[in-house]
Amino acid sequence: MSRADTAPRRPRPLWSLGLLRNEIGTTFRRWRTLALLAVLAGVPVLVGIAVKIETGGAGPAGGGGGPAFISQVTNNGLFLVFTSLAVTLPFFLPMSIGVLAGDAIAGEAHAGTLRYLLVAPAGRTRLLLVKYATTMLFCLVGTLVVALSALTVGALLFPLGEVTLLSGTTVSFGEGLLRALAIAGVVALSLTGVAALGLFVSTLTTSGIAAMATTVGLLITVQILDTIPQLHTLQPYLFPHYWLSFADLLRDPVYWDQLQKNLGLQALYTVVFGSAAWARFTTRDITA
Amino acid sequence: MPQPSAAHPGAPLTAGDAAIEISGLTKAYRGGQLAVDGLDLVVPRGSVFGFLGPNGSGKTTTIRMLMGLIEPTAGSARVLGLPMPGAGRRVLPRVGALIEGPALYGHLTGRGNLLRLDAADPTADPRTRAERAGRALERVGLAAVAGKKTRAYSLGMKQRLGLAAALLQPRELLVLDEPTNGLDPQGMREIRTLVRELAADGTTVFLSSHLLDEIEQVCTHAAVMARGRLITQGTVAALSAAVLGSSGRGRLTVTTPDPADAVRVLKEHGVTDLQSAGDLVTGDLPPAAGPPDRAGTPGAPGTLGASEGPDGPGGPDLAELNAALVHAGVRVRAFGTQRASLEDAFVRLTGEGFDVAG
Repeated sequence: MSRADTAPRRPRPLWSLGLLRNEIGTTFRRWRTLALLAVLAGVPVLVGIAVKIETGGAGPAGGGGGPAFISQVTNNGLFLVFTSLAVTLPFFLPMSIGVLAGDAIAGEAHAGTLRYLLVAPAGRTRLLLVKYATTMLFCLVGTLVVALSALTVGALLFPLGEVTLLSGTTVSFGEGLLRALAIAGVVALSLTGVAALGLFVSTLTTSGIAAMATTVGLLITVQILDTIPQLHTLQPYLFPHYWLSFADLLRDPVYWDQLQKNLGLQALYTVVFGSAAWARFTTRDITA
Repeated sequence: MPQPSAAHPGAPLTAGDAAIEISGLTKAYRGGQLAVDGLDLVVPRGSVFGFLGPNGSGKTTTIRMLMGLIEPTAGSARVLGLPMPGAGRRVLPRVGALIEGPALYGHLTGRGNLLRLDAADPTADPRTRAERAGRALERVGLAAVAGKKTRAYSLGMKQRLGLAAALLQPRELLVLDEPTNGLDPQGMREIRTLVRELAADGTTVFLSSHLLDEIEQVCTHAAVMARGRLITQGTVAALSAAVLGSSGRGRLTVTTPDPADAVRVLKEHGVTDLQSAGDLVTGDLPPAAGPPDRAGTPGAPGTLGASEGPDGPGGPDLAELNAALVHAGVRVRAFGTQRASLEDAFVRLTGEGFDVAG
């Protein structure tokens, strides 16, 4: 431990990724993250069992009512993937993102670990990027957990086979699977806006719980605003407005219009709230 | 007791010598309240610098500004020769810090906590990470509980782990905010020994504390803050001497079964402000004796507390005073000077105890 030892320390660019690796490992080993993923995995199981009991295995369920695609589940287990994503996307998925993103900075501040990360020095911009990247990864993992759980339950409870698309065309099971994968990707990207929003909220407070509650509260408020007809001029700018457009991937040819609007809107939210989070976090006094 | 190596507390400072250099540093919080008000401070390299002040005097705000956590409202701070917070990326890897107590990830193990903080440092080599974490854990005596989740740690263990994080790399400067807080006496001794060892290796230590004993035992230099302002700074020895002035050499204390006679004899020999209580007689030695010139003495921690003082030249020799007492038939049980401690200096400077400043 002499001063001579301190001189030859040359940082390598790759070493900067150490924090991201550590953050991902820490997040996904955390009991809370695993519990959120377990809840997400449980939703398709519930939906699958409910459909199975309701229909008693005797022919297709009655038309209308219930979440999208639910009437097709009994014919093809693959549709449980679409149904489950349609069920979890409005609330379960964004809520778990809200918990993770809201806690990202505020939780560290609340525990006091933020000051030690910053004097390490993690660097404020780097830390923010690491947190956002980890939250995005959770968006993808959460979506895949729902999809895989649904596929497993669907395969166990219902027959699998060729997929009849919404436009009436029939495609092979393999292509159906590919389309399911694409849908999972679109769903994960649909969540990036709310992730950026949550991260911004997280930089505003030193209470992880408050940040989580605010993010989830905003999510619910926006979802309600999106259903009030009088606000139709505002609605195209609300982040959940085009969420269910992922169903357009089940058409032949695919309708890109709403999908593009959805992804554009998510990018807009990411840029706006990401910048706001950066502006706030890099200038804030860390007193916790 | 090993002495801090800091060596030249009396030597004049040049800018290049300073581990920390603060000028005109000011922080106003919302509402205009000044937490730190025009602070000027120089911490020489190689010193063990005690940073004293009552609660709420602005110590922690100052430390946070030094570490780039808080933006100063005015003034500047240079740490290891570079401006903060601007050069944080280059400065902070060379600084180990314990700020306002430990903060840990309860769901991670002790080792896991260190690995995470080390991963946050872009200059830390991942290949030696596990080994360095292991050594830091051993150094603070936590090797046996390294695999336990820190949720189960006691406050003392958390404090040690915080120190271990500061020791993950060889550091040029350690900033320790109340490092012995929450430790048992044994733990306090160990931490002080550790601080002395680190200082002996050439690390500058900036130690904030409100335990004056601790500062006296460990530090070569000290600064005192109150209500956001610097009151004084200098070597620990000079600080006590300067503040206590002529009484820096302490009060004469005589224990005798004949207090009345003792007071009479001492008065004849020029001792002033005599007081007797029971069999204890105390008084100020005549100013002719002068304060012993302690300012130039290399920091000699541990000698400032209650001590039977050897006497300097000039004025009535203590030995002669004692002889005079005995000659007059006064029976003496104990005789000596009670030197004022840093605590006296502190209370005199801040004019208050450790109550929160209003």
